[in-house]
Amino acid sequence: MTDLSKDIQELRKKKEVLKKGGGEAAIEKQIAMGKLTARDRILSLLDKDSFQEYDMFVKHDGRDFGLDKKDFPGDGVITGTGTIYGAPVCIYAQDFTVAGGSLGLHHARKITKIMDHALKLKCPVIGINDSGGARIQEGVGALAGYGEIFYRNTIASGVIPQISLILGPCAGGAVYSPALTDFVFVVENISKMFITGPNVIKTVLGEDVSMEELGGARVHAEITGNAHFYAKTEQECFEQIKQLIRLIPANNAEASPRIEKKEPTTALNIDDVVPSDPKQPYDVRDIIKCIADNSEFLEVHELWAANIVIGFGRMGGETVGFVANQAMVLAGVLDCDSADKAARFIRFCDSFNIPIITLEDMPGYLPGIDQEHAGVIRHGAKVLYAYSEATVPKITIILRKAYGGGYIAMNSRHLGADFVFAWPSAEIAVMGPEGAANIIFRKEIEEAEDKNAMRDEKVKEYIEKFANPYVAAAKGFIDSVIEPKETRALLLHALKLSVLKEEYRPRKKHGLPPF
Amino acid sequence: MENKNTEYKDFVVTARKYKTLLTKKYLDRKPWKPLQSGEVLSHLPGTVMEILVKEGDSVEKGQLLCIHEAMKMLNRIVSPYTGVVSKINVKVGDRIAKDHLMVKIEVE
Repeated sequence: MTDLSKDIQELRKKKEVLKKGGGEAAIEKQIAMGKLTARDRILSLLDKDSFQEYDMFVKHDGRDFGLDKKDFPGDGVITGTGTIYGAPVCIYAQDFTVAGGSLGLHHARKITKIMDHALKLKCPVIGINDSGGARIQEGVGALAGYGEIFYRNTIASGVIPQISLILGPCAGGAVYSPALTDFVFVVENISKMFITGPNVIKTVLGEDVSMEELGGARVHAEITGNAHFYAKTEQECFEQIKQLIRLIPANNAEASPRIEKKEPTTALNIDDVVPSDPKQPYDVRDIIKCIADNSEFLEVHELWAANIVIGFGRMGGETVGFVANQAMVLAGVLDCDSADKAARFIRFCDSFNIPIITLEDMPGYLPGIDQEHAGVIRHGAKVLYAYSEATVPKITIILRKAYGGGYIAMNSRHLGADFVFAWPSAEIAVMGPEGAANIIFRKEIEEAEDKNAMRDEKVKEYIEKFANPYVAAAKGFIDSVIEPKETRALLLHALKLSVLKEEYRPRKKHGLPPF
Repeated sequence: MENKNTEYKDFVVTARKYKTLLTKKYLDRKPWKPLQSGEVLSHLPGTVMEILVKEGDSVEKGQLLCIHEAMKMLNRIVSPYTGVVSKINVKVGDRIAKDHLMVKIEVE
């Protein structure tokens, strides 16, 4: 036996040990919690045999509280590169079996190293979070680690897509890395995210709340909006990520992966989806199914602020972002949450060269003291900002109601839409007929003998005059009034024409969106 | 979609009633309460450490009412009003939430 082969044996043995992470017992515990190990997660997510690991031999240099006598394989995090459907990605996964996945300086440095790689290689970075938090024994070194991660999240923002999976606890400062990334994925019963945990809340407030009630997957997917995708199992979560990776570009200088154009497959008839009575609800996702390639739609933030629908689909083989008012939920109003949701999505699409298709049917902003006090002005302004700022192709279809501030906000011509089309059912007006008639004809209604009859008559008069697309069309604010059946063909035409679209903005360091 | 029809509720936006679903968050929203003059509320969750006035006392605007420990700080709660203490709603050692009524003052 040569020396080299002895060395190789030695190396293999070392790697075998390190690959076991926290050891058999800890792995068993991880599995008992219903979780995969960090390594299995990476292997499940990436293409077969594509994973290359780095920094396996990194060690912490903590010297206090007995840390000097402890060895943490990989320092509690696995980092590397691989591919998803052939597209390169950088990836890291915190290993809960090693010191609870706690983050020390070198654990963090492994993460920032792979993030730096991603930024140089111009490919997405995927982070799998499963950590008890800062490694307290390392003191401020752990905090430094978090800070260096946040800084890179910010620098990489809008350059490469950043994806976070919350597959275990993610508490305290640790939550801010996912919060700075583009898409956060959570899994039922596994994900737990909060700034201050149930123990602190119990001590300070005397209130009992479970981790699940405080910051479980469902809470973040439905109430806070911190999570963009919600899955029942880790496997389902990985499938969602693979789907997303197929739809978005590797970086802000690339186009999205293109596939062959397919016709919609839905049995729905686009003429039948929207009820003619503007007060009746329907599911706007049925319209998306009628116009998107293969009737496929990857919905983002499905459970949160469901009064607006956002997500990715394809038109003619190319990725587009859909933003659509959902008449079925809260009548499709804009409110603080739905404005935040739409604005961030629009900015993602704009950063990554994805054309935006807006489907409009909205009665206005949500009335309420709570909304006004929560800052619906500031939040609503984000939608105006995001649409105005975006230079990707922007196309609007007005399906039905387009009232008041909502008409302006939903990618109107006035905010720089490239094309605006309206269905014959569109009502483009300063407000709903009832509200408008009450104001314009207040005197007539008050003076009438039969006030209700007079109001009804005036509402009818207003509907006949203004509740249609032709007043706006006469001013050139919409480009054409089209039949619903023509929608897909027209969108494909408009997108084809927009391929070389260029639009410039004044030079500036950065704008100041109303965060 | 089949069962949705029964779940659709009337929902008014600018004088028009729409049929639509309501979200959990919308239904759970906190109703707004107008600010009552004379109420001294906690601004943070915390613990009452010391109470320096009693019911019936006359207090000046700016006078120290109690010490409230919150976020690792001993906060001095001073009276925003001149008047008479009509109610003390907390005891020393009470752990209270944000916006909890601590002291009520009959404003002069």
